Amino acid sequence: MIRSFKKRIGALVTVGPTMLWLGLFLMIPLVYVIGMSFLTKNAYGGVDFKFTLSNYSALFSKEYVKVFADSLWLSLETTIICLIVGYPFAYIIANAPKKWKPALVLLLMLPFWTNSLIRTYGWNTLLRTEGIINHFLQGIGLIDKPLNMLYTDGAVLLGMVYALLPFTVLPLHTSIEKLDKSLLEASSDLGASRVHTFIRVILPLTMPGIFAGSIQTFIPSLGFFFISDMMGGAKTMYIGNLIKNQFLSARNWPLGAVLSIVLIVITLVLMKLYTRVGSLEDMA
Amino acid sequence: MNKTQGNDVIVRISDVDKSFDGERVVKKLNLDVERGEFLTMLGPSGCGKTTTLRMIAGFEVPTSGQIFLEGEDVDDKKPYERNVNTVFQNYALFPHMNVFDNIAFGLVEKKVKKDEIRRRVEEMIRLVQLDGMEKRMPAQMSGGQKQRVAIARALVNRPKVLLLDEPLGALDLKLRKQMQGELKALQRRLGITFIYVTHDQEEALTMSDRIAVMNRGRLEQVGTPEQVYNHPETKFVADFIGESNIIEGYVENMTEDSIEVTMESGKAVIPETGYRMEEMVYLCIRPENLKISTEEKEGFRFRGQVREHIFIGSTNKTMIEMPNGQMLKSVTPAEDELIPTGTTVNVYWNPGKAVVMRTKEEQIYNVIEQSVEIEGMRNDQIF
Ligand SMILES: Nc1ncnc2c1ncn2[C@@H]1O[C@H](COP(=O)(O)OP(=O)(O)OP(=O)(O)O)[C@@H](O)[C@H]1O
Ligand SMILES: [Mg+2]
Repeated sequence: MIRSFKKRIGALVTVGPTMLWLGLFLMIPLVYVIGMSFLTKNAYGGVDFKFTLSNYSALFSKEYVKVFADSLWLSLETTIICLIVGYPFAYIIANAPKKWKPALVLLLMLPFWTNSLIRTYGWNTLLRTEGIINHFLQGIGLIDKPLNMLYTDGAVLLGMVYALLPFTVLPLHTSIEKLDKSLLEASSDLGASRVHTFIRVILPLTMPGIFAGSIQTFIPSLGFFFISDMMGGAKTMYIGNLIKNQFLSARNWPLGAVLSIVLIVITLVLMKLYTRVGSLEDMA
Repeated sequence: MNKTQGNDVIVRISDVDKSFDGERVVKKLNLDVERGEFLTMLGPSGCGKTTTLRMIAGFEVPTSGQIFLEGEDVDDKKPYERNVNTVFQNYALFPHMNVFDNIAFGLVEKKVKKDEIRRRVEEMIRLVQLDGMEKRMPAQMSGGQKQRVAIARALVNRPKVLLLDEPLGALDLKLRKQMQGELKALQRRLGITFIYVTHDQEEALTMSDRIAVMNRGRLEQVGTPEQVYNHPETKFVADFIGESNIIEGYVENMTEDSIEVTMESGKAVIPETGYRMEEMVYLCIRPENLKISTEEKEGFRFRGQVREHIFIGSTNKTMIEMPNGQMLKSVTPAEDELIPTGTTVNVYWNPGKAVVMRTKEEQIYNVIEQSVEIEGMRNDQIF
């Protein structure tokens, strides 16, 4: 009796704060958002307590579908570029001499610890018409007129890749580091050149890392609204911007709530996929 | 390109040195391996066996010295450019490929035609008796089965030389014995040169054409199993291979055809020549050659006391304590009559059954350093 009571106290002490935290900051807002999605927007930017499904049906209007398609496409592009750029990075870090590794990982993480807004502003000073890159290119006479780099879709993509690269590299790094070096030697021993060893052994065996890196890049990229705001000049609308606008400028909170729920559902599906593949990996 | 020497030397290791971070792991190694032979590198853990093998395969570059494969200096050849294959200490099977694809790996690299790959892989699978397991993944196989896949994966390429790094180390005793026989038979049948690494001296004795005994990065002795067992050239070899009674002494007298060796616990006359007066020597007598008797034996004044009898299946091991405290071992057939413990006995051996070794400075130095390792190895021995 006393034992089980003690056990319960113990459990409460350890799990309690976490539950409280989750309750306060996850469950309550979530219930709030879900509730909000069924209410009606009124003319003054507030809500009326009147049940409706119209917010959900609004989702299927052409412009919103396009926003979702654009967003998913941008995230996909970002993820693929992050993988292509990140893989060599991760490989170099994973195979660097032991004493160098912490420094390299630190370098990778460093941008994380500065404010992402400030970093994005940094890109602005580089890319704008009167920016450093244009000055330089004009200076050496490569171009006459300044290039139009900022406020393009390319700039948004660049900003996204830059912001999300560490999310890709870290799981890749973990996976490459786990690779048994004797397998690479075995491959070489059996006559495979470096390229063939990469294609036939390294790539398939680091698939879990590639998958984890993709998902961990794709999910946050869906919600990064400030990059398209600041580097794309809000020309193309993405889910993140749309949600932000519904809550702030358009003051259509119910629609914002619906859009948020869609985003959450997409994320949950991806997470589920991620853990599913993860557990398959463990079994192998 | 550096052509050297005779046609039946397939691997030549010439003055090879290897250091890691300034620490010399392989020292001035010279070794010729003949075509078609089964050569075993035997030595205690950490003596540089794997490192030597890795240099032959091309995974490590010698700090100095040269390695020749079929007379050609392979200094600048990458592993995938060398006609040798390795069976790794931990198998190193590709976990994402099934048995068939693992074995086919090297043939695919060589761009062998599909149907020929199929034919050769299936032939190999039959050879290593893994029929019906083509589709299994490595994770679903036992140690012995993985072992066979690793061997098949290497052999299917028909290498000139097969390097095997303790391939049976992870198997239990029974399976190990069985695989030893199978490997040896396979090697005979295919005529491929095997360089086989082990620290199990019994394995080395039963399988090899020649044994290279290695210690602290140096070769102590290279010879047939019979040579290294019956005529060890150094104390290390005598002690490492099989059990030995090693007794220290010096030459006190000599005649035309014999020397008289004085030991702490007595004297013995030995039919050997070529030693100096006062020279320090070791006598090495295998336990099965060491005899005891209550009667005096001619040429021996070497007495001790029977301490213990240990029954080991078909033999008996008798421990005899000498006056200086050294324990000697004598092994006799189980049916022989035993001398009761406590009896004072004369210790002797048949002429020619004691190996006399000079105690070179170098050897003494080695012996002192190694005594700890040797103690550790003892438990593995079969006697
Ligand atoms: N890459 C390396 N870097 C530094 N030291 C190494 C390296 N490889 C081997 N050594 C050292 O070289 C020595 C010989 O190692 P090696 O692996 O050749 O021994 P071994 O005879 O194969 O031993 P075992 O029977 O335990 O496998 C050891 O002291 C080891 O610590
Ligand atoms: Mg080894």
